[in-house]
Amino acid sequence: MSLTAGSRPDGTRPAAVVEEPRAAVAGATAKESVPRRTAKAGKVPFRVRWRRDRALILMTSPVIALLLLFNYVPLLGNVVAFQDYDPYVSSNGITAVFHSPWVGVEQFSRMFDDPLFWSATKNTIVLFVLQLVLFFPVPIALALVINSVIRPRVRAVAQAIMYLPHFFSWVLVVTVFQQILGGAGIIAQTLEEHGWSGFDLMTDADLFKYLVTAQAVWKDAGWGIIVFLAALSAVSTDLYEAAAMDGAGRWRRMWHVTLPALRPVIALLLVLRVGDALSVGFEQFLLQRDAVGAGASEVLDTYVWNMGIQNGDFSYAAAVGLAKGLIGVCLVLGANKFAHLLGEQGVYKK
Amino acid sequence: MSLNTQLIRSLKAPARPVWEEPPSKAGLTAKGGFLVLCCLGVLGPLWIVIVTSLSPKPVIDEVGGLVVIPQGITFVNYTELLSGGQVSRAIMVSVGVTLAGTLFSMTVSVLAAYGLSRPGSLGHRFFLMAMMATMFFGAGLIPTYLLVQSLGLTDTYLSLILPSAVSVFNILVLRAFFMGISPELTESARIDGAGEMRILLTIIVPLSRAVLAVISLFYAVGYWSAWFNASIYLNDQEMMPLQNVLIQLVQKNTEAPTGLQQAVRTGQLSALGLQMAVMVLALIPVAVASPFVQRHFKKGMLTGAIKG
Repeated sequence: MSLTAGSRPDGTRPAAVVEEPRAAVAGATAKESVPRRTAKAGKVPFRVRWRRDRALILMTSPVIALLLLFNYVPLLGNVVAFQDYDPYVSSNGITAVFHSPWVGVEQFSRMFDDPLFWSATKNTIVLFVLQLVLFFPVPIALALVINSVIRPRVRAVAQAIMYLPHFFSWVLVVTVFQQILGGAGIIAQTLEEHGWSGFDLMTDADLFKYLVTAQAVWKDAGWGIIVFLAALSAVSTDLYEAAAMDGAGRWRRMWHVTLPALRPVIALLLVLRVGDALSVGFEQFLLQRDAVGAGASEVLDTYVWNMGIQNGDFSYAAAVGLAKGLIGVCLVLGANKFAHLLGEQGVYKK
Repeated sequence: MSLNTQLIRSLKAPARPVWEEPPSKAGLTAKGGFLVLCCLGVLGPLWIVIVTSLSPKPVIDEVGGLVVIPQGITFVNYTELLSGGQVSRAIMVSVGVTLAGTLFSMTVSVLAAYGLSRPGSLGHRFFLMAMMATMFFGAGLIPTYLLVQSLGLTDTYLSLILPSAVSVFNILVLRAFFMGISPELTESARIDGAGEMRILLTIIVPLSRAVLAVISLFYAVGYWSAWFNASIYLNDQEMMPLQNVLIQLVQKNTEAPTGLQQAVRTGQLSALGLQMAVMVLALIPVAVASPFVQRHFKKGMLTGAIKG
């Protein structure tokens, strides 16, 4: 690229919203660019900006194209929820959309009368609440314990081991649980050898919700501590020292210094979690659907999969998926609003 | 000797600040016990799986299931699985998809992260918003499935790569890291006449090896662990990646991989031992790779996740 007059990166407007890492960049370039910026703030002609930045746009375009194709186009594809979509009405699945009859909100009213849909919704909500109560606090507790370990080697080893399961696929996690806790599993057999009756946790529909929560904890609790550890390492030791001077003991320091430092992170993760309430974990349930039956393991995501891809009822499944997506967006916005009310920043600023 | 002293030094606790009271014995014991318990909870199951996969059939039969205490280690399960047949083919597929997918994802992600790393460039805010918006809504399973089908991607390996090739989160992490690199460096290169591509390859990429390693691992683990796309887009059993073969073996109660069923029926090999060996083969790559990049996790996650 040739060096034309406007081709320097610092001749541009400063970013409207200055994020923290960007602040350093802006600060570093501010010195030379101040006079020019005041002279023609935001008035670099489009043609000049295009010539200057076209390489950058070209670099961004593959990702934009992929997102457009696989995220935005399917978004439009949700119109099949308002149709009686038949993929065979035309030679191609996309053009079939234009030939399928419109039925309005019939699929949605079907949804409201469908007991299977409500059972899937109930399962989803129960599992979400369980995960919130039993899963969410675990990484915080783990992070507090790890943080209080001051030997660097012990810390590193413990962290490495706790991170590990996060990188295993759900197939592996479910299989490990099955082999250890299942009917032919090692615990059942040991119990039987000692005269207890055998049990099979993997096929017990009543215990299924605790089982999947345990799997989620095993897989991801260790990974979840990263963000809390980072927040903890940012706490100034002066605060602890000052608290100690004022006579605060170990527990009081934790209550009055450590936990307040975690508050924004906890609020942020809670908001994200609530926004994701209807996606309690898809693969995990699909993998165990056969073992415990749909009654206990059907969540909204697997219901969409079952109705759409298994049964070929695309329009109905798309309607359920669309409803779920819309409620999900509302939940994020609502939870974020709530976080603002509590004086926290949430996912995005006001 | 020097290694020994080094080890001892690293195990010793650093000096506590004067204001902090010495730890109580009970507290230390409780904490230590808790940590050991957590680590055992992770390593115990893995240990059992690995030991079972390494045990000969008589030992497995005698115990009647999973083996905890290793006796008579043998690699026969692995040599049989890796000597061709269903599992060997699945491993090749998984390795191929993981390598090709990671390379593709990293290329487009690094390009986009750099393309978006200069605030105020043309379209910068618009593209960023368009990208981040996709984090808040999913397109939904059904429309995506219909699209992949209409594009003719079913029964091709592209269907395992393209629909999930881009992770916006990963791009944001990369972008935040690139923006932290001092602009004087790129500036001087630009004055010397270097184009954007050259700056990216000769300055940015070498400086961000750590974060590139972390993000590559994230992508690679994603491709390696994926099974759902294969289960809905592939019909040909020959094309199935390793995770799907594992599902067939363990979830669907198939005893042994095709090709080895005869050996299991005639009592030469243990079905359980074979299943566990497939599991170990599926977990080895991630278990080996993740510790190498784990010291970069915190930094990488933070620059992207919180301030993103």
